[in-house]
Amino acid sequence: MKITIETVEHVANLARLYLSEDEKAEMAQKLNSILDYMEKLNELDTSNVPPTAHIIPVKNVFREDVVRESLPREEALRNAPEKERGFFKVPRIIED
Amino acid sequence: MKLYELTIHEVRELLAKKEISSEDLTKAVLERIDQVEEKIRAFLTIDREGALEKSRKIDEEADFSGALAGIPGAVKDNICTKNLKTTCASKILGNFIPPYDATVSKKLKADNAVILGKTNMDEFAMGSSTENSGFFITRNPWDLERVPGGSSGGSAAAVAAGECIFALGSDTGGSIRQPASYCGVVGLKPTYGRVSRYGLVAYASSLDQIGPITKDVTDCALVLNAISGWDECDSTSVNMPVPDYTESLVADVKGMKIGLPKEYLGEGIDREVREAVLAAARTFESLGAACEEISLPHTEYALWAYYIIAPAEASSNLARYDGIRYGVRAAGYGDLIDLYKKTRSEGFGPEVKRRIMLGTYALSSGYYDAYYLKAQKVRTLVKSDFDRAFEKYDVIISPTAPTAAFRIGEKTGDPLKMYMSDVCTIPVNMAGLPAISIPCGFSQGMPVGLQIIGKAFDEATIIRAAYTFEQATDYHRKKPVL
Repeated sequence: MKITIETVEHVANLARLYLSEDEKAEMAQKLNSILDYMEKLNELDTSNVPPTAHIIPVKNVFREDVVRESLPREEALRNAPEKERGFFKVPRIIED
Repeated sequence: MKLYELTIHEVRELLAKKEISSEDLTKAVLERIDQVEEKIRAFLTIDREGALEKSRKIDEEADFSGALAGIPGAVKDNICTKNLKTTCASKILGNFIPPYDATVSKKLKADNAVILGKTNMDEFAMGSSTENSGFFITRNPWDLERVPGGSSGGSAAAVAAGECIFALGSDTGGSIRQPASYCGVVGLKPTYGRVSRYGLVAYASSLDQIGPITKDVTDCALVLNAISGWDECDSTSVNMPVPDYTESLVADVKGMKIGLPKEYLGEGIDREVREAVLAAARTFESLGAACEEISLPHTEYALWAYYIIAPAEASSNLARYDGIRYGVRAAGYGDLIDLYKKTRSEGFGPEVKRRIMLGTYALSSGYYDAYYLKAQKVRTLVKSDFDRAFEKYDVIISPTAPTAAFRIGEKTGDPLKMYMSDVCTIPVNMAGLPAISIPCGFSQGMPVGLQIIGKAFDEATIIRAAYTFEQATDYHRKKPVL
């Protein structure tokens, strides 16, 4: 068992997810069976193989820094679950 | 022939000769939707009014210069369409109305295509059957008890059922080709970088590509023409000339060298699927191509490397769904962290949570080298397999999927079994190559797809091979009876 319930809880916190006790048990079981298969990759000696992050060798892509139209504020806020006076509204994060 | 059964190139002629109007065609397709959508459920959103209004406007202006002008198509629901709901089949985006168009949506509109609506999919494109939709499942038009494949299952089912003339899908590990195969239609995943991903809701950014799902290869070339090209809004799109793909619609494979990888025809591949692919190889030979068995030795490792890389990228991409700027925010939260966690826990379905967890774990401190870095190195090996093969061969052919469409519910309990249905398509995304799936036979009455893989940016050759095969066979003419 690679993944214990404690690991699931730690990773769920990193991923900002709540899991019920049942979900934690199921997640541990399913992730373990998936990771068991991942062990297959260790059959391959990759010590001299460079990693591929991207298939096309993309370098930094730059463009001229010119002023142009952007999304109007009302449009940008249109999908906001809560808004106030032209801002996204979130719970208080700074204590008095 | 009913209007809704026609292809793009067939209706284009009728529109050009003014034998029909765009409104006639759009109405015919909407009526077809009225007839069969209850059974298929391919659409998450149908924009009746918008589509009819657009068709009338096109008729009025009589500008049919665009290759898709006046022709009703459907768009997968992870591609942003301005002012038309785009949910990714996720509850967390259940109310999202994009304030902008994806570049491909813009290109369809510039071509005067009529957008009918948005198609169902596995939530955030994570799945192989469309059973992971956060809203409802889609059924295969060939057998309503079977899945249409996924994740672009709604697009493939809609094309097969005549609920649109063409559709767009997206493909991260097979999500265009596998459903096209299951539904007996044509699906093409372009080379990574050929089509702009701007406005495609990101799943795994180094693997995702948008592509056409159509009734035949000619239509595929027409849609690919319309959506390809460099875009300054996508820094990974490639700035090189786009050929006119209709010039590749030439029935000629004489002298073409075709590789047939043994790893794609062995264990786990259904007997009838294998036979259909071998028969396709013989068809190519009879048309003057040379087929040889080849080996792509790292094939089986590609699947497992993919299930590290794709979830890792997904865990990062899906961090943005936090209930702040858009999407659905959970009710009754306490502090900010509680808001994030409640929103995400209620908004994401089980497979999405599983992949976020897997990806977060693979990227977390202490495991990065063992999983993510290892998977990226294996990706290099997978790509080298193809590089070597393409030194000698023009295209590689294989099954698109190990089996024909499976039954609804058959694999939902076991993610590993579900993952296996993408074993033939995933290596292609890992290497960034273009590939097309075309109908090549039947297994117990269900369509079987042939995958033709090409060199990077050589969509032209796979289209030529596919077109040649299509002209020599009539699998693409078979339609499901609904």
